[in-house]
Order: sequence, then structure tokens, then C-alpha cells
Amino acid sequence: MKKSYQSIEGNSTNDMKQVINRKLTARFLLLGLIFLLTFSTSSFAQDGDPAKGKSLFNTNCAACHSLDKKMTGPALRFVEQRLADDEGLDRDWIAAWIRNSSAMVKDGDAYANKIFNEYGGAAMTAMPQLTDQDIADILAYTAQEKATPVASAGAGADAATAQSEGGISNDLVLGALAILFVLLALGLIMVNRTLRRFAAANNVEIPESSQRKPLWKAFVQNQFLMLVVAIFFLLSSAYFAYGYFMQLGVDQGYQPVQEIHFSHKIHAGDNGVDCKYCHSSARVSKTSGIPSLNVCMNCHKSVYEYTGETTAEYSKEFYDSEIKKLYAAVGWDDENQEYTGETQAVKWTRVHNLPDFAYFNHSQHVTVAGLECQTCHGPVEEMEILYQYSPLTMGWCINCHRETDVKVKDNEYYTKIHEELSKKYGVDKLTVAQQGGLECGKCHY
Amino acid sequence: MKGLVKIFVLAIMVSSIVSCKNNETPNYQFFPNMYESPSYETYGAYDIFPGEQSAMLPVEGTISRGHSIFDYGSSTAEYDRAKVELMSPLDSAQVDYVRGKELYDIYCSTCHGTKGDGQGNLVKREKILGIPSYDDAIRAINEGSIYHVIYHGKNAMGSHKNQLSEEERWQVAAYVMKLKADLEK
Repeated sequence: MKKSYQSIEGNSTNDMKQVINRKLTARFLLLGLIFLLTFSTSSFAQDGDPAKGKSLFNTNCAACHSLDKKMTGPALRFVEQRLADDEGLDRDWIAAWIRNSSAMVKDGDAYANKIFNEYGGAAMTAMPQLTDQDIADILAYTAQEKATPVASAGAGADAATAQSEGGISNDLVLGALAILFVLLALGLIMVNRTLRRFAAANNVEIPESSQRKPLWKAFVQNQFLMLVVAIFFLLSSAYFAYGYFMQLGVDQGYQPVQEIHFSHKIHAGDNGVDCKYCHSSARVSKTSGIPSLNVCMNCHKSVYEYTGETTAEYSKEFYDSEIKKLYAAVGWDDENQEYTGETQAVKWTRVHNLPDFAYFNHSQHVTVAGLECQTCHGPVEEMEILYQYSPLTMGWCINCHRETDVKVKDNEYYTKIHEELSKKYGVDKLTVAQQGGLECGKCHY
Repeated sequence: MKGLVKIFVLAIMVSSIVSCKNNETPNYQFFPNMYESPSYETYGAYDIFPGEQSAMLPVEGTISRGHSIFDYGSSTAEYDRAKVELMSPLDSAQVDYVRGKELYDIYCSTCHGTKGDGQGNLVKREKILGIPSYDDAIRAINEGSIYHVIYHGKNAMGSHKNQLSEEERWQVAAYVMKLKADLEK
């Protein structure tokens, strides 16, 4: 529409300059008018506001429709244009469909039935509350060109080059320093050599250093010093040996590489998904539960690409390919929005693993005691790759049982025993240890 | 000079041993027989199981203890049937809004928002769009339909039946109805 105006203006100014044919202007205006009229009758009966359309689209349509991707319903970019071109259907048809699609299917509308059957007989929710203006807004939003991701890609590339530049400059400084040192050393050797040559040429005698007893020999022959050194070595090696044996079987800091890169930082941190959403059995059973892939698909049916912050190492492509891995494992055909039935197990590597001679129950700690997951697992919401935060040693368990007071408030289970035990110990608050949390048989049987 | 070389070599050996601590592999175990008993562990991988997984689905045609059959399919017609027929087995004394809220905040609020207005964190961050508010008159909900959707999912929403037990689902459904009533005020 704008273009036709501009062309008219352009032409009129041309005409004014040349003054060849005055009628030409009128003819152009007429043509333009016809042009405008044809357009206005076909698809621009009401100008929609794309910004309003976006919010309407997001609240009413986006549950099932995306602009560029088939979801529960078809992709909707240029839907009005497409329907007009391919099926000869106008905005009235679209409005009727939006307001009550199932009635149209029943009435036997050919295209309505075709769409209905193509999408597995899932009836679209009727939206009779949408006004003509609302529909115009939504259609204006769908008629927008796809925003080219050039700018963001460029910015990403810039950031990447900036980062790599930083790396290069660091390397450069280090390399220059190394070269400087080599040059200095070479210079000193050469100076030494030339000086010796001068001395030889001028018959100057360089005095040989007198043969004194070397320091180390004197050291070895001093028995007291040797004794002290021996004791020192024995003690320090005992210290290190003890340290080594005490950390055997302790996997603090263990950070295995998983088959699918799962970032707890993005899921639990950025998006704030509750730990127990995925690890639901931590509430009710011994194990915290490795979520089955259908839990992933609860969100990833809709979330098919990563749109958050990226770094050089963890780029959008990297994250997207990990989501693809999930789709492959669960057998989800993202293009056609259906399960193929071809699944393969993901072999997750277990991070936290207590030895089998120790009994630990998640539900006792999560539901009964009401502990935060982070108390033992650390700041999981900040971990790009999960690692074991706590040592999970017996000393660590015991220490917590000694220090933690039992939450008795709103917990009938503990009321009676709490009363009796506080009388026995003469204290106000009971620690887990005082309630029997240190008994061997509680964890080892 | 030779002593210096020896010290240097020793230092390199020691530092290489120390730096060998690799976080990607688990540590050595003292008496591994006691760490790993012959019994099968939860989520363990053993040859005897199909797909080497000790985590298995219940045998077809059986019901796990404490579970019951849900007599409604996942289709739209079944959804409509659940909306009309399905009633909560909880009476007013059994409905526990505190626990319902707790569960709702874990499993629903990320998308539906803590108030049920469809403005959860994922929606605000534009990761998932189009979450309706519970007071949406067009997509009216009742207890039966909420239970059906939790069990089977609907459109882009997936099933949440394996995260919540039967009783917990009804608690959540009751809490959602409370949110709906609050929104309609």
C-alpha cells in the first residue's frame, strides 16, 4: 500500500518537472485508487495492530499454534494470504472458524473438514469472544515478515571474536615475555663467552674457585640435621598418606560427562523449575528419581530451541543439538509433532552414590524434615554441569544430625516423643542426634 | 648437577600424580565388595533386564499396589465425558489446601503461575506461550476436567500422572478450583 503511494508521488514529481502529460498523473491516481480498492476489499478490510495482535496471539492461540512451526495446530505465519491464495477463503471464513470451528466441521465445510482430519480430529477451542478488531490484530501479527536473526547472529559473532581476541592478547603477552627471557638468557651467555675470550686474549687469569667442602656434604655429615630432616619427612609422608587414604571412596567434586548435556543452571536456575518437578519421587521414596524422558517432553514439546544466554562454549547450536538428542531418544518427530515409537534409553551416569552398606531415604529428609535440596546438593541451580557438592561421608552425616534441630512444629508425629525427650535431656530444642539420629542401626543394617 | 636433574624428575612425577585427580571418573573405593552389594540397585544397569535397565514398567495388565484404573481415555470426547461425569472422591474434610498449594507450586506454577492466571515463570520468559488463565470462560474447567488434564495432558501440556499420585492429583484439582474461584472474585 505504501509502495503504491510512493510511486504515485514519485511519478507526480517527475511529471511536474517534465510537464509532458498532465493526464498521466490523473491516470496514475485512478490506477492507484483501483489498486487500493482491490486490496482493501480483499484482505485489508480492517488494519490490525500487530503489537496488540502479538499479545492476543500469545494468550489465545500460542498454546496450540506457532508462527513458523507446526504444533498441535498448523503454523500460522501468512495464514490469511495462504488461505486466500490456495483455498480462496477470505477473512470471514477465518473469523467463522476461530469463533466456532466445530460447527463448520459439522456443517460440512470442505476445507474445515480437511484441516480437522489432518490434525487428528482435535477440535480447536471456539473463541466467540474475539471481536473483528481482535481477529484483524492477530492476522496483522501473523502477516509480519519473520524477523531476520542477522542482528543477533552478528552480535553473537562479535562477542565470540571479542572473546577470542582477549585470549589471543593474553597468549601474545605470555609469548612475548617468554621470547624476552630467552633473548636475555642468550645475551648473558654471549656476554660471558666474549668476556672469557677477552680474558684469554689478554692473558688475564680467571681465579678458579677454591675447593671447599660442598654444602650438601656438610649437611649430610651433620647428624642432628639429618635426624630432624628424617623426622620431618616421616611426619609429612604420614600426613599425606593419611590424607590420601581418608579420601578413598569420597567422590566430592565428581562431575561426570553425561550422554545428553543437561544444564541444571538453565532449568532450575534461569527458568526456576522446582527440583521436585523432575525429581518427584524425592518427596515420597528412598531415591530422588531420575526423571523419565516424558517429563522432559512436558516442556520440550513446546520448547524446541534454546533462546537464552550463550557463550562460545555453550552456543545456541550446542544446546539445540542437545534438545535434538532428547527428541531422538524419546522418539519425537518434531516436524510432524508426533511420536515415532522408536526410543532408545539414555545412559545417565549416576553422580551421587552412597555405598550400599549405608541406608539413606530422600523422603525422610525432604518431606518429613523439610530440608532444602541445596542443603546437601549445594547450589545446583548454578551448575552448568552437575557435580557432587558434599563429601557424603559418615562424618558429614553425623555432623549435620548433631547440629540440626528437629522441626516439630505442625508435625504430630514428633509431638509426643519431643515432649518426653526434652524432659529427659532438659533442653528446649532437640537435635536429630538426641532423637536417635546417631544410632548405628538407623543407617547400617 | 645430577642431583638437580633427579629432583626435577621427582617433582614432575609427583605433580603429575597429584594432577591426575580427574573429576570425570569416580574415585577409588576401599573394599568395593561392601560398596556394591549383589542386590540390584534402583536405576542400575544389569544384563538380566531388557535394555539393561532395572527400572521397568509394570507388567501389562497389572496395577501397582495403591493405584487404580482410570476409566477415561485421552481423546477430546473422553475429556468432555470426564468433565460431566468425573467427581472428586475427596470430601471437604479431606481437601488439604496447604498440601494442594505445595504440590501446585511444584508441578503447575512454572507455567500456570502461582495465582493460576497463566503467568508462570516460563510464560514470562516467553519459553512457553498461550497458557490460559483458570477463569477463562471459554475454556471453562471443573474438577473432573482438571483431573483428566493432569492425567492425560491436553494439547501442548503433557501428562503429569507419573509425578503425582491419585490422591495428590485430586488435591491439586481442588486447589486449582480454589484459584479459579479467587480469580473470578
